[in-house]
Amino acid sequence: MILQLNGQQVYYGTGSGHWEKDAKSIVFVHGAGFDHSIWVMPARYFARHGYNVIALDLPGHGQSSGVLLTSIDAMADWVAQVIGAVADDANAQASVVGHSMGSLIAMNMAARHRAVVEQVALLGTSAPMPVTSLLLDAAKNNHHAAIDMTNTWSHSQRSIMGSSDNPGVSNIHAGERWLERAGKSVLYTDLAACNAFDAAELPPVGCPALVITGGDDKMTPAKAGIAVAQMLPNAHVENLRGCGHSMLTEQPNQVLDALSEFILS
Amino acid sequence: MSDGEHRGPKGLGFDTLSLHAGQVPDPTTGARATPIYQSAAFVFPDSDVAVGLFNLERAGHVYSRLSNPTNAVLEERMAALDHGVGSIVTASGQAAIHLAITTLLSAGDHIVASRSLYGGTHNLFQYTLSRFGISTTFVDPRDFDAFAQAIQPNTKVIFGEVLGNPGLEVLDIPQLSKLAHDHGLPLMIDATFVTPYLCRPIDLGADIVVHSATKFLSGHGVVVGGVVVDGGTFDWRGKDQFPTLSQPYEGFHDLVFAEEFGPLAFITRARREGIRDFGACMAPMTAFQILQGLETLPLRMQRHVANALEVAKYLEGHDMVESVSYPGLESHPDYALAQTMLPKGAGAVFSFELKGGRAAGRTFIESLDIFSHLANVGDAKSLVIHPASTTHHRMDEASLLASGIGPGLVRLSIGLEDPVDLIADLKKGLRGVEKSLRKPS
Repeated sequence: MILQLNGQQVYYGTGSGHWEKDAKSIVFVHGAGFDHSIWVMPARYFARHGYNVIALDLPGHGQSSGVLLTSIDAMADWVAQVIGAVADDANAQASVVGHSMGSLIAMNMAARHRAVVEQVALLGTSAPMPVTSLLLDAAKNNHHAAIDMTNTWSHSQRSIMGSSDNPGVSNIHAGERWLERAGKSVLYTDLAACNAFDAAELPPVGCPALVITGGDDKMTPAKAGIAVAQMLPNAHVENLRGCGHSMLTEQPNQVLDALSEFILS
Repeated sequence: MSDGEHRGPKGLGFDTLSLHAGQVPDPTTGARATPIYQSAAFVFPDSDVAVGLFNLERAGHVYSRLSNPTNAVLEERMAALDHGVGSIVTASGQAAIHLAITTLLSAGDHIVASRSLYGGTHNLFQYTLSRFGISTTFVDPRDFDAFAQAIQPNTKVIFGEVLGNPGLEVLDIPQLSKLAHDHGLPLMIDATFVTPYLCRPIDLGADIVVHSATKFLSGHGVVVGGVVVDGGTFDWRGKDQFPTLSQPYEGFHDLVFAEEFGPLAFITRARREGIRDFGACMAPMTAFQILQGLETLPLRMQRHVANALEVAKYLEGHDMVESVSYPGLESHPDYALAQTMLPKGAGAVFSFELKGGRAAGRTFIESLDIFSHLANVGDAKSLVIHPASTTHHRMDEASLLASGIGPGLVRLSIGLEDPVDLIADLKKGLRGVEKSLRKPS
């Protein structure tokens, strides 16, 4: 779906669902360098279960136009604004699910846009979310090495070897293509925003939270996710054994099971 | 993000992937080899999961026409070896081409193809697809102006083989990829003769790759199969000329594959429509047997190309041989391109023109003992065929000559035997030709 907001095009996937005024809404926010299509399976699941699905392309990503946003605060403000615009209701609420950088946006929204966020699910999260200067420099120079680093470190060794749950799909190469689709400076801008994120500056989060960690996550290790959960007053942790950072492709069914149990219950 | 000069961590090596990609030891039994899941269908744990699998919310298997765990190992291994986002294995190489073409094209659409194609592919494009409203213009694979001029408003794909059949023209994939992409078209490549060990077309700019897995990929000549690999490189979003991917699909509740599946759009549509509806799926036993072959692909290809070069050099120096067409020889017009595009070797299939024409060809083939006379390539055993009377017999004389097929042309597929024995066998055949030509008519 395409929406015009502040003179810019906003694209969001609906999971093939249709907007129902009285239905609950769920928002999916992608990670650095990605777009809404990484959420295809949960988006379709929640659409079938009667949710209004908003799987966003952040500004300058996928099919959303606009200038890249350079801070998690700005991204969170933008997502909150989009929710209101899509619902045509300034008081609209939604469950917000974010992966990696998207988890920081979701966390930020839960703290700074409390009225908007009903519950929050943070996948592959860490606060702070430091990014090595080696990766930042490569991304700043738009070197393919930045994609290689991000993609390799985002997959568990098992996933690099293969044996995908999704028949016939090579997750490592799919991940590379997703990142290659991003325009110049997108990955760098996103990674820099993650690197600058400081959870200590946020007001407290009050809503229920789910934190999904990957046992073999090298980008945001499970212990970092657990530390995030400990900062939240009402958080549940689900650890995916053997899973890397790319949990949406590595263990899509387990992610879906955790999300459905948390969101639908 | 497209600067390819500076690369980061490398993935696993080709030899490792050939053995391991797509498979870990079976978690239930500990089986190290890939189990053969000889099951038509798979049990749903509950109704919601069942709906989820049908609705593409969940990963898993439903019915072996759509996917099967043994086939999935082969599919993922091929995707890994070819640097694609995913693949689908099919009942044959022809089924793979059909699946790839029909995923993109509909009645009224058009293909621009190299004219140096496997006879079966030429047949499919020229005669069979045209019955369903898909037309093809064939052009010289070395003539890029001809490719450009053949493109029509309804053209949807450019198609070629890495090594032309049977003339062994080397297709300049980087240049053809640029031409295709400049015209907003994907490039589809048949890489059967080279396998990913010798050439990865996706790395060179191709978008979709097809293989006959009957040949070098399996290597043993006991199965028939095909593979479609999606590079995930072509962006179909918002492109009205590719409605199967960019427009709502009524056959799947108005799903727009390019919108929902990102770089996996093509391979997902191929599985959810083409394999589902045309049904040319691979048997799990076949997938298992191809996997056995893939495990030794790097070792076999090294021996194949070494033997091929030795045999080609021998033939080139023989008085009874008019010419040898092998891109691994300096005499081949594409030798320099082959050195760049195929640095590990120019394949193990080549052709040569015998002095004495059609009769000499027949005498030669019938004098051989080690080479088997049959319509296949890429076996571990060496093979020989006379294209004018077999694989390309449906083509008229003009089409044959346009494809570089003379009356005395013989095609060899060099196997893994001792090259000394292969040369001795060929020497015997050539002696037979020599004798027959000396006989008064």
